[in-house]
Amino acid sequence: MLEIRDLYASIDSTPILRGLSLKVNPGEVHAIMGPNGSGKSTLAQVLAGHPAYEVTGGQVLYQGRDLLELEPEERAREGIFLAFQYPVEIPGVNTAYFLRSGLNEVRKHRGLEEVDAIDFLALIREKMNLVEMDENFLKRAVNEGFSGGEKKRHEILQLAVLEPRLAILDETDSGLDIDALRVVANGVNKLRSPERSAIVVTHYQRLLEYIVPDFVHVLARGRIVRSGGKELALELEAKGYDWIKEEATASA
Amino acid sequence: MSQTTAPEIAELANREYQHGFVTDIEADSAPPGLNEDIVRLISAKKKEPDFMLEWRLRAYRHWLKMEDPTRRKPSERWAKVSYPEINYQSFIYYSAPKQQKKLGSLDEVDPKLLATYEKLGIPLNEQKLLSGVAVDAVFDSVSVATTFKGKLAELGIVFCSFSEAVHNHPELVRQYLGSVVPYTDNFFATLNSAVFSDGSFVYIPKGVRCPMELSTYFRINAANTGQFERTLIIAAEGAYVSYLEGCTAPMRDENQLHAAVVELVALDNAQIKYSTVQNWYPGDEEGRGGIYNFVTKRGACRGRKSKISWTQVETGSAITWKYPSCLLQGDESVGEFYSVALTTNRQQADTGTKMIHLGRNTRSTIVSKGISAGRGQNTYRGQVKILKNAQGARNYTQCDSMLIGDQCGAHTFPYIEARTASAQVEHEASTSKIGEDQLFYCNQRGISTEDAVSLIVNGFCKQVMDELPMEFAVEARKLLGISLEGSVG
Repeated sequence: MLEIRDLYASIDSTPILRGLSLKVNPGEVHAIMGPNGSGKSTLAQVLAGHPAYEVTGGQVLYQGRDLLELEPEERAREGIFLAFQYPVEIPGVNTAYFLRSGLNEVRKHRGLEEVDAIDFLALIREKMNLVEMDENFLKRAVNEGFSGGEKKRHEILQLAVLEPRLAILDETDSGLDIDALRVVANGVNKLRSPERSAIVVTHYQRLLEYIVPDFVHVLARGRIVRSGGKELALELEAKGYDWIKEEATASA
Repeated sequence: MSQTTAPEIAELANREYQHGFVTDIEADSAPPGLNEDIVRLISAKKKEPDFMLEWRLRAYRHWLKMEDPTRRKPSERWAKVSYPEINYQSFIYYSAPKQQKKLGSLDEVDPKLLATYEKLGIPLNEQKLLSGVAVDAVFDSVSVATTFKGKLAELGIVFCSFSEAVHNHPELVRQYLGSVVPYTDNFFATLNSAVFSDGSFVYIPKGVRCPMELSTYFRINAANTGQFERTLIIAAEGAYVSYLEGCTAPMRDENQLHAAVVELVALDNAQIKYSTVQNWYPGDEEGRGGIYNFVTKRGACRGRKSKISWTQVETGSAITWKYPSCLLQGDESVGEFYSVALTTNRQQADTGTKMIHLGRNTRSTIVSKGISAGRGQNTYRGQVKILKNAQGARNYTQCDSMLIGDQCGAHTFPYIEARTASAQVEHEASTSKIGEDQLFYCNQRGISTEDAVSLIVNGFCKQVMDELPMEFAVEARKLLGISLEGSVG
């Protein structure tokens, strides 16, 4: 599905990722953990193609293709979805219209017919149930005036609508109370299948109680310093990140 | 994804005029230049009654004494636009109506132009009319127009060309012409008063609600009214009318200077809603050959509880210079102004409104959305004036500007003058840039950058778009998207 080889990336000439490698097979859920500033969010943004980040070295293969060659919208249409840590407000743009525009771009790309407003409404109702969102959201402007929790649910709603092959969740758990966390995790779990993969970026182990990962990787100073099963997350929870930082500094 | 840009579209329209339209002006046109004989010739050709000729002549004589604002030194100009001096003696002020040579079918029309129409969602028959293709009898717009005219006549509504009104309703024309925009008003309005070619006339009698949007069915026929257009709309007591002006299809005109005048009069409890979508040729990327649109639009809320509402979407012209205004004379009368002005390439727009509060408890609302892309310059200039007797008057003004790229500009000049202590005036302004993060968010959902810009801009303009009649709003949204193509990335 995805293979990252020795990836280097920087923002405003400051190197963030320094030789990161990761392989994700179909059906797998990988958790990326690590202290603040270790490059977790940068990894998510670089995979989605944010123009502010510059890739200075390495390779990313997605379904056998060079991912870094593709424009952000092409990556999205090819099935890469990023659930944003800070979803952006787009004033005046109706949420339903926005969601349908995105879905239809993805469908066109996959050779499927576009969905009209009426069929879309039926589809979206079902998905909204999944994330326990009220239908009134559809009439509001994209993320405008949404609370933090509503914004995150909206991200998972979009995930459910677009049905990506590779979902990247960037600190989706930050700022969520336990109920919202359960709803969000439930939404993600319903989408798990042998064909779909996910990269879950998180600072805390808490989310991983709900979205159980196949692998856990620890990121420090822009590279993966430790990989393991889900028990690694518990170890981190117990010991904190300091020992990782020390190890990373020692090996650098 | 098509790579057609706004100037290319305009260029196509231009090309279309070269090939599709043959004009027969030599047989019946005045020599270039303007003098008293030309004014007399215009009036005589139109077989106007004496009062019209006298009015034109008074305007002409006054015009000779006025200072041409285009000759002022740039430092002395109050509007934030720049343009070369205009030579008024080079224009032809009278020519007989242009004849269009009909094409056999749409197959003969430039496919790129058709693609533009397609994007705008213009119905097939309107496409034919726009591109000068003969329309078969069943769909003949003239017969459709006649049917509607019959229906309007039953209600006592007069909706006709200005020339027809001068002949058939001289008493109305005489009473109201120049009563809102006097012939002495300003250089361009005075010139218009002397030489205006034609335009529209609407009269809605007492208590009648006009059952349809006027000009939806006629807009293409009405398009060819020349450079000095004059419109007069009167809504008698308790009457209502919604009037649509303009066309979303790219328009090219051989006349570079357009100086139209629009006068609206609303009597007691009457309402006039006036919507404009303007998409004239903006010039090439360097701004060459674009239309100068210097328009005077003013409405008088003469009656108690009367209401006049202006809505405009401006995407065309090289220079737009216009301030649709309301004179709130009647007590409790209401004036509204909703505007979207978009400038790209080298376009300049200096637009806004004037709300003059004269009556008690009068209210006005101003919502202006300016979008600048490329090297476009967009200026909001608004005046809110509350006179001594306008106790309890209120105004709310909101001016938002959006910048796309870093070579464009947005400017806001609000003038507020309140001479009564009980007046309430609110002004809000904001400037935003389309953010990289907004674009990336849309991209990440599969939406291309061009579509994302159109989406974000339309969201930004929503408040104004919501004021447009439905059918017009759909076209106007697409128009904004097309006008912005190629402006990012």
